[in-house]
Amino acid sequence: MTTPQVISRTSSLDSEYKYGFVTDIESDFAPKGISEDVVRLISEKKNEPQWMLDWRLRAYRHWTRQENEEPTWAKVKFDPIDFQDIYYYAAPKSKNGDDGPKSLEDVDPDILEAFSKLGIPLEEQKQLTGVAVDAVFDSVSVATTYQEQLKKAGVIFCSMTEAVRDHPELVQKYLGSVVPYSDNFYATLNSAVFSDGSFVYVPPGVRCPIELMTYFRINALDTGQFERTLIVADEGSYVSYLEGCTAPLRKTHQLHAAVVELVALNGAEIKYSTLQNWYPGDKNGEGGVFNFVTKRGKAFDNAKISWTQVETGSAITWKYPGVVLQGDNSVGEFYSVALVNNYQQADTGTKMIHIGKNTKSTIVAKGISAGKGQSTYRGLVQIIPTADGATNFTQCDSLLVGDECGAHTVPYIEVRNPTAKMEHEASTSKVSDDQLFYCQQRGINDEEAHYMIINGFCRGIFQELPFEFAMEAQQLLRVSLEGAVG
Amino acid sequence: MLEIRDLHVSVGETEILKGIDLTVKTGEVHAIMGPNGSGKSTLANAVSGRPGYNVIGGDILFEGESILEWLPDARARAGVFLAMQYPVELPGVRNRQFLKAALDAVRGQRGETDLTARQFDTLYRAKATGIGMSEELSRRNVNEGFSGGEKKRNEILQLAILEPKLSLLDETDSGLDIDALRVIASGINQMRSPDRAFVVVTHYQRILNYITPDHVHILVDGKIVRQGGSELAKELEEHGYKGVLEGAGVGA
Repeated sequence: MTTPQVISRTSSLDSEYKYGFVTDIESDFAPKGISEDVVRLISEKKNEPQWMLDWRLRAYRHWTRQENEEPTWAKVKFDPIDFQDIYYYAAPKSKNGDDGPKSLEDVDPDILEAFSKLGIPLEEQKQLTGVAVDAVFDSVSVATTYQEQLKKAGVIFCSMTEAVRDHPELVQKYLGSVVPYSDNFYATLNSAVFSDGSFVYVPPGVRCPIELMTYFRINALDTGQFERTLIVADEGSYVSYLEGCTAPLRKTHQLHAAVVELVALNGAEIKYSTLQNWYPGDKNGEGGVFNFVTKRGKAFDNAKISWTQVETGSAITWKYPGVVLQGDNSVGEFYSVALVNNYQQADTGTKMIHIGKNTKSTIVAKGISAGKGQSTYRGLVQIIPTADGATNFTQCDSLLVGDECGAHTVPYIEVRNPTAKMEHEASTSKVSDDQLFYCQQRGINDEEAHYMIINGFCRGIFQELPFEFAMEAQQLLRVSLEGAVG
Repeated sequence: MLEIRDLHVSVGETEILKGIDLTVKTGEVHAIMGPNGSGKSTLANAVSGRPGYNVIGGDILFEGESILEWLPDARARAGVFLAMQYPVELPGVRNRQFLKAALDAVRGQRGETDLTARQFDTLYRAKATGIGMSEELSRRNVNEGFSGGEKKRNEILQLAILEPKLSLLDETDSGLDIDALRVIASGINQMRSPDRAFVVVTHYQRILNYITPDHVHILVDGKIVRQGGSELAKELEEHGYKGVLEGAGVGA
């Protein structure tokens, strides 16, 4: 059963960042730094068709033209990134040479063990029940479970590399259709050098029988991770997709610049859940992952896209999963918990772009700041003139733990249609002494009391997660708050 | 069970309690009465260790041990319960989940194992029915959106489930209508036993019509000025604080 496995995984967590181990394997690196040659090399390693290489090169050229134009509007501080000091491609060497692992037998046992340690066993007899997992190690997808069952339902769930090879018509049609390669600095960089990621296609009218999950693991030193995920839900279909991520403890910062594109065609529904637990850096703010991610979905007529995220890791989080409400009656949702502790910084929120008529969006964002953490909610709700009858509800709540942290809310609301209905609520609170005393007076110690109050604050979001993920999210909060309370 | 010796307590710069002596034995019910601002609530809060209530002199012993250095949660687990005058809201924390966590903590201290979810539900249902609380409240968040009466009932529900040795009731009767008062009083009466003690802090004599105290103490300006049996409460009802205190030769 899934549940006990996941629970035993989470109950083994304690104070330290448990995922900080390094797996010692041989890797195949592209030379450090970025150049047209590196882009070509990545494409070649993957035996990509010409159209894919051309797309990468267009992105690369666009990127070189916009160099030094990193976005600076976010409320985060960090030293400039030297983009020539990063490996853009690192792949675990597989036993059968350059072709990549064909089956589990070809996967390095050390990698299997690494995923096992992370609570994501890939061996068939131990696989999580009811969840198909695509395991991505450094830049490469090493295994995808439950292929047979998915095939029966007609669902395609594979690595991006395989998708480019086996389903070029789908990839060509939808890749960049939501996040074009020219979208923003990091998305452009990703388009040029993306190494792998997951691809999902759900055929018309199909309800994907199991949850799909991609587990991302950065292992190699000084390596950027640039995955690209594309999910296409064809008309009237449904899919629930989960994403988890961890990285080893490293003294230097690691760059993670992923792109996720969701396409929900007429009447389709995509539910996308993230538990982001990249290495946050140590107590003094040394090391940690820079998580600069572009996530966006496009919802056609009567379609629904729902983003739920629990962001506890990373030294810096910069992400705004959004929905373009293209079709009439389409629905976009964003549920978020972002926690910062020690010196972590998070600037996160969403973008809801209302284009179709009677489109509806809901935003519930909860920020928790502890230690010296700084958390910012930044969200855009845009109602364009065509979007008659659009409605938006936004709720942003911040909770402060201690008095050295900060919480900020930056809502952008642009309404260009007079029929729109907008609601915006925001609050900032502290865990109050009276609440703590109340819990303590009932026998609950200070630390437990904090967790209870903070968990309560996040309840509405956790409810949106699949059950196993909700359990894990609670544990993650606890681990991430270690040292800040009690 | 509880022994308070020459207790002086300040809140901020102000000394509120100016030398209280009080002994509560197992099985007893004590009423602490007094006019507004006399220090009744301060006494209850100081015994339970609420931050901000600073003991500047004297001692509090619980079962023979000084508990001045104990954190509030340690006092609670040892068996001290404070039914609060103003119960706080805990947004997003389910009443049931909160009580289960509290009971697990208290039982752990007694060396008992945690109840299973099912055992707890049975207990919860029985106790909630006993004090006329709807089960629906268990699914609501702690005190969130509760009426004044529901909050007070919720305090008594917690008391009934946690079964503390010493219960301090801080103006539990204030803001209750007569029916709610009766239900709550009967809940408390059912809990009375030779192993438990109650300290009922109240401004009005009304609740003492339902809960008969063994001892009544009148607190004025941080000191106990008169002590007696349950007849003292009746006297107070008839003559008011002024009359009672003048009769005793004490200026109110």
